[in-house]
Amino acid sequence: MFIDLFLTLKKHKVPCSLRELLDLIAVLKKGVVFANVEDFYHLAKVVMVKDEIHYDKYDSAFAEYFDGVQKIDIFDNLVPDEWLRKEFESQLSQEEKDKLKALGGLEALMKTLKERLAEQEKRHAGGNKWVGTGGKSPFGAYGYNPEGIRVGQDGNRNNRAVKVWDKREFKNFDQDRELGTRNIKLALKKLRKFARTGASEKLDINTTIRSTAQNGGLLDVHMEPERHNAVKVLMFFDIGGSMDEYIHTCEELFSAAHTEFKHLEFYYFHNCVYESLWKDNTRRRTNTVDLAEVIRTFGSDYKVLFVGDATMGPYEITAPGGSVEHWNKKPGVEYMQCITNHFNKVAWLNPQPEIHWEYHHSISIMKRLVDDRMFPLTVDGIGRAIKELS
Amino acid sequence: MFNSTDNYIASDELRLAVNAAIALEKPLLIKGEPGTGKTQLAEELAKSLNCKLYQWHIKSTTKAQQGLYEYDAVSRLRDSQLGDERVHDISNYIVKGKLWQAFEEEQRPILLIDEIDKADIEFPNDLLQELDKMEFFVYETQQVIKAKQRPIIIITSNNEKELPDAFLRRCFFHYIKFPNKAEMEQIIAVHHPKVKQDLLAQTLEVFFDLRELPGIKKKPSTSELIDWLKLLVADDVAQDVLVNKKSDIIPLFGALLKNEQDVSLLEKLAFLNRRNR
Repeated sequence: MFIDLFLTLKKHKVPCSLRELLDLIAVLKKGVVFANVEDFYHLAKVVMVKDEIHYDKYDSAFAEYFDGVQKIDIFDNLVPDEWLRKEFESQLSQEEKDKLKALGGLEALMKTLKERLAEQEKRHAGGNKWVGTGGKSPFGAYGYNPEGIRVGQDGNRNNRAVKVWDKREFKNFDQDRELGTRNIKLALKKLRKFARTGASEKLDINTTIRSTAQNGGLLDVHMEPERHNAVKVLMFFDIGGSMDEYIHTCEELFSAAHTEFKHLEFYYFHNCVYESLWKDNTRRRTNTVDLAEVIRTFGSDYKVLFVGDATMGPYEITAPGGSVEHWNKKPGVEYMQCITNHFNKVAWLNPQPEIHWEYHHSISIMKRLVDDRMFPLTVDGIGRAIKELS
Repeated sequence: MFNSTDNYIASDELRLAVNAAIALEKPLLIKGEPGTGKTQLAEELAKSLNCKLYQWHIKSTTKAQQGLYEYDAVSRLRDSQLGDERVHDISNYIVKGKLWQAFEEEQRPILLIDEIDKADIEFPNDLLQELDKMEFFVYETQQVIKAKQRPIIIITSNNEKELPDAFLRRCFFHYIKFPNKAEMEQIIAVHHPKVKQDLLAQTLEVFFDLRELPGIKKKPSTSELIDWLKLLVADDVAQDVLVNKKSDIIPLFGALLKNEQDVSLLEKLAFLNRRNR
């Protein structure tokens, strides 16, 4: 049961294991939902998906599964007849039930139906035919998917349900990241600055022993605050254009940094930093943040990390109006200098292989702007950058 | 079965998630923007199912062991120095944690593990066995504590830390979406039944506009809106103050905005508005 759904989810890279599948079946057995595809959608989401960043993948997987479901043989042995019958009967009016008896009872009807289904090759093309083709005909009500979930009968409800996953409301959450960030995390770990602040929660053994001894053996407990990572990081990501091919690496870096630092802020820019940045790439035209505001907001103790290939026309950095996207009054150099002047520690990570750097004039300009602190986006390069930052 | 209560509106999806978790006796992990009623869910669930609620609020210093039990070695040492009789029985110094208390309950209780992401990164891993088998071993007294009734466990998270996969596998998961306007009206009707319809429409408009404001640091959420409405009703703010957006700054905005940068942003916008008039 539901093996196809499980495999579709796997195909769409929703991380789920056999355990979740067994859970799903167990929940259905308990009868939490019955014969309602919208509820089934939500229930399977609750059971199979463990993080909202996977909701979007789940939605598209479910849409695919839902479409595909109607192409599968409806009367496979998977569905206990009982399920169908129960739901079926509940949908019939008294009049229809009488009529049914006249036709030789439900058993006979089911048999005829099965035979007819076997003949009907056409059904593969459009399961829709049966979905909501009038509740009156007993066959019309048979808009089941193979796993005992009602598809049709109530046309409106069905439409609404489909919309739920076709809306894909959670697209923004999906960072499409891969596990494999462990190396990067380890490199980032070096950027830790432990500080003891806050309430005293931990036993300070040395002081306790000393003062207990001074007390003539009467216990005198001393506490100290626990240490934690106090480092603050601000990241600027170059996005779009020539960066597209490095998206995967950048995502890994982002996801690793996200878990490693408690105080992490990030902004996007394109090619070179100009007067405005943005946080949400889908709304980059409408939702920008002034660079001046960023500088005002974050103290100079934030460690700044640029991620970008710095591959562009040199005029994009040096000339007013050099931006490929808009008219910038001041050249990119000035905005870069604003950042490097304000923040104490700045480094740049470049996904371009280091041996290519000398062939791009813009890279050497950028490199000079960040005081030669440009490093390749490799585990080793990150390690070196972190060393500069700390 | 869990349903919306007198002062809590649960969406269909949330109800389904809770019921599924109850049916299969699995912990339910709830995420969502701050102020969308994650913690309140456990309280309302306890009310609606009429069972006892144990709340375990997690702090950055909380250890998993504290939920099970703590061995108060320090007071035992002190007692031994003072020659107290209690010192011979170690169980006098075992302090029961929330999990233990919940396990001992005869009636199925609810256990809320609030803001699990605040704890150390290893915290959820330390609870795997306890949540799975609903039992643990007390080393000091050599006894196994087993749940008499598997408690309904509600876990909330604000996404500050990622939770380990092994832990997630043992939970059901639900993300509370921010309510839309229609749901918001329902929620407000539950909290402030007396609010006039037109005033409500205006406040919702201002509220959702404010949430859309670019550059806002902490978007106001449901609980802030409800507080704000309370103030508006208490102060009897004239409706036209809200209607005429250009007239002035949003009245009593302090209830909605909790960040001084957001407040100054709003003041700046109001200033620009005045100048443009």
